[in-house]
Amino acid sequence: MSLRSVLAGRVKPGREKALRFKRGVAVTAIALTSVLSVVGCAKDSASSDNPSGGQNNNASGCQTVDKPAAASGATSSESAASDVDASQLKVGLAFDIGGRGDASFNDSAAAGLDQAIADLGVKKENTKELTATDQESEDSKQTRLRQLAQEGHNPVISVGFAYSEATKVIAGQFPNTQFAVVDGFVEGAPKNVTFLGFAEHEGSFLVGVIAALKSESCKIGFVGGVNVPLIQKFQAGFEQGVKAVAPDAEVIARYITEAGDLTGFTDAPKGQVTAKGLIDEGADVVYHAAGASGKGVFAAAKEGGVMAIGVDSDQYNQATVAEYKDVIITSMLKRVDVAVFDYIAAVAAGDMGGLPQVFDLKVNGVGYSTSGGKIDDETKEWVESYKQQIIDGEITVADTPAAS
Amino acid sequence: MTAKLRSSLLAPALAIAFSALLCAIALLISGANPASALGVMIGQVGEGQVAVDIVNSTAIYMLAALAAAIGFQMNLLNIGVEGQYRIGALVAAIVGSALVLPPVLHWLVILLVAAVAGATWALLPAILKVTRGVHEVLSTIMMNAIAFGLAAYLIRRDQFGILIGNNVSTEPIPESGQVPGIDLGARGTVFGLVFLAVVAAAVYGVVMKRTRFGFELRASGESPTAAAAGGVNAKRMIVVSLLVSGAVGGLVGMPEILGRDHAYTLNFASGYGFAGLGIALLGRNHPVGIAFGSLLWAFLEKAKVALDNVGVPREIATIMQGAIVISVVVAYEIVKRMDLAAEQRRVGRALGTAEPAEADAGGAR
Repeated sequence: MSLRSVLAGRVKPGREKALRFKRGVAVTAIALTSVLSVVGCAKDSASSDNPSGGQNNNASGCQTVDKPAAASGATSSESAASDVDASQLKVGLAFDIGGRGDASFNDSAAAGLDQAIADLGVKKENTKELTATDQESEDSKQTRLRQLAQEGHNPVISVGFAYSEATKVIAGQFPNTQFAVVDGFVEGAPKNVTFLGFAEHEGSFLVGVIAALKSESCKIGFVGGVNVPLIQKFQAGFEQGVKAVAPDAEVIARYITEAGDLTGFTDAPKGQVTAKGLIDEGADVVYHAAGASGKGVFAAAKEGGVMAIGVDSDQYNQATVAEYKDVIITSMLKRVDVAVFDYIAAVAAGDMGGLPQVFDLKVNGVGYSTSGGKIDDETKEWVESYKQQIIDGEITVADTPAAS
Repeated sequence: MTAKLRSSLLAPALAIAFSALLCAIALLISGANPASALGVMIGQVGEGQVAVDIVNSTAIYMLAALAAAIGFQMNLLNIGVEGQYRIGALVAAIVGSALVLPPVLHWLVILLVAAVAGATWALLPAILKVTRGVHEVLSTIMMNAIAFGLAAYLIRRDQFGILIGNNVSTEPIPESGQVPGIDLGARGTVFGLVFLAVVAAAVYGVVMKRTRFGFELRASGESPTAAAAGGVNAKRMIVVSLLVSGAVGGLVGMPEILGRDHAYTLNFASGYGFAGLGIALLGRNHPVGIAFGSLLWAFLEKAKVALDNVGVPREIATIMQGAIVISVVVAYEIVKRMDLAAEQRRVGRALGTAEPAEADAGGAR
């Protein structure tokens, strides 16, 4: 059908029309590109706010501030008691898009369930995992949760803030079932809903410190999956961490897709192109908060011979990204596994009061990994010192990027 | 008449049978039992609120498919429904939350805003098409990308967005702007705007078949030169049909926003516009065909969730949707050729010649 109309439009009036068609396309293309680039510029200038440019390419790396005092206080935190018996629980887990195997966010939740199976006696046959598809509408989420609740799963844990509203609705229909939403929040949720929130910006601050110490070019990249407030928290903390150590360093932040287009979390090739752009601009450390797209970020880092920082899970040890493990110097740990495990333990014990309001640095809800041996003791001392300062409240990490 | 009925029923039947076969093969390869998978999908309809969800989704897909079909009628491929409904929904949500009006008037104003916003989004491709000859496929795809970018910008916290946990939403639309649905208790709530889709389909059917505008539209699609010779202003028809298509496209998000969400949030579903293109193709631009196509699509979409629940890869339903569209295109072509051959034989017999090629001049296209 289209071919016919294209041909009809071209053949009949001859060259002139064809030329005009081409010119029209060119004009549109230029107009569109300029609109896009204006939008792009606006975004860039909003996210990379470094007036000095950070061009010091000295071989010894970035100009850093003086090393802070060593950490003194010990972080006291332990996981919920693992002597509770959860063998009677049927646990339903509803993943966000990407599901088990995304090597980051969802896998972290899956790890929490796996640990509950290992340590709390939850029977594997009593668990069920369902996964969201991108582009799905609200009622599909509700149906998914309803299925889990109807089959007697209690608790029902959903992964991702997109489940907040659906959980509120379904929890109202199943008042005797416990529900939890990782990252979720919504006003007026019933009492059987628990929200498991994280201080992603605090963990990102720490890997920002590492990035600043490791960078030679003093240009550091951030790849966000989708430009939404949740991922902006990662960016904000990371930028602040970098600047705390190397005030002149430049952080270039890019998002794979804009809000509304969730493919940014599942599209590894797009992640690779985005990261490659940053590497081409001189970034030699790239941190991603892009879910399953992170695989592409690692691929770009490996190809460009630069360092990468993983997210959510300890990605150095993730089987799905094992081929790129040598570029992963650390990962920002968002301990969704701890939250899921603690929550299941709390449900088994029948006491939700012990769960933290926010899983932050203080309760080891976020952190950083050292697998792979790329983090030397010197770097570790830096990071631990900042970690203590954040826990003590001497440093407040912003949860929104400086200029947006 | 019977021949026409046969060809209009045979093709979709063939297509669905063929796509079911493709899916069965896909299921067998992935190690699942096709019969039990189908059983689960059908059984899902009786579960929870799924039946109502299917009805609601059918209405949404119908609006999207009608928007696409209006363009298809005159060979305009409005790929931009996706962007038009997003812009329509967002602008309507913003305006709707800011207005204070009595109930019915409030809905109508919001719907009007959505339609105007959608039409506006189709205006640039229409102008480019008639003044510069830019193909609408190019320009509408570009407009989709811009729509996504603009929507992401407008929902920022420093624009119209408010932060709720990790989600961003527009201000909620007050109760006077919310369209009540039919509450079926545990079965769910049928969106009130389901009737909007039904009315839209009826109006579309009447306009296409019974009005001068519809005739001119279809004539322009069938043969632009003949239509021009008949005094149809081709440029005007292009602009009008793209704008109407965009206006209907702008309404696609309304059943969900006015019936359930009452705001535009980051979770606003995407993909309805693209689904609409496939459904319009499936329904052959006919209102009844579109209704059934939408129903089938909605069923597959909602049954998907059940497949995951029994451990069958939910991508199977996506494969099925794709297989249906491609089968439909192939099946219509096959049936068309069968009809043509039958026609040739019939004409050949009537003329008493054995040369069926003669009939080709009569070109029953």
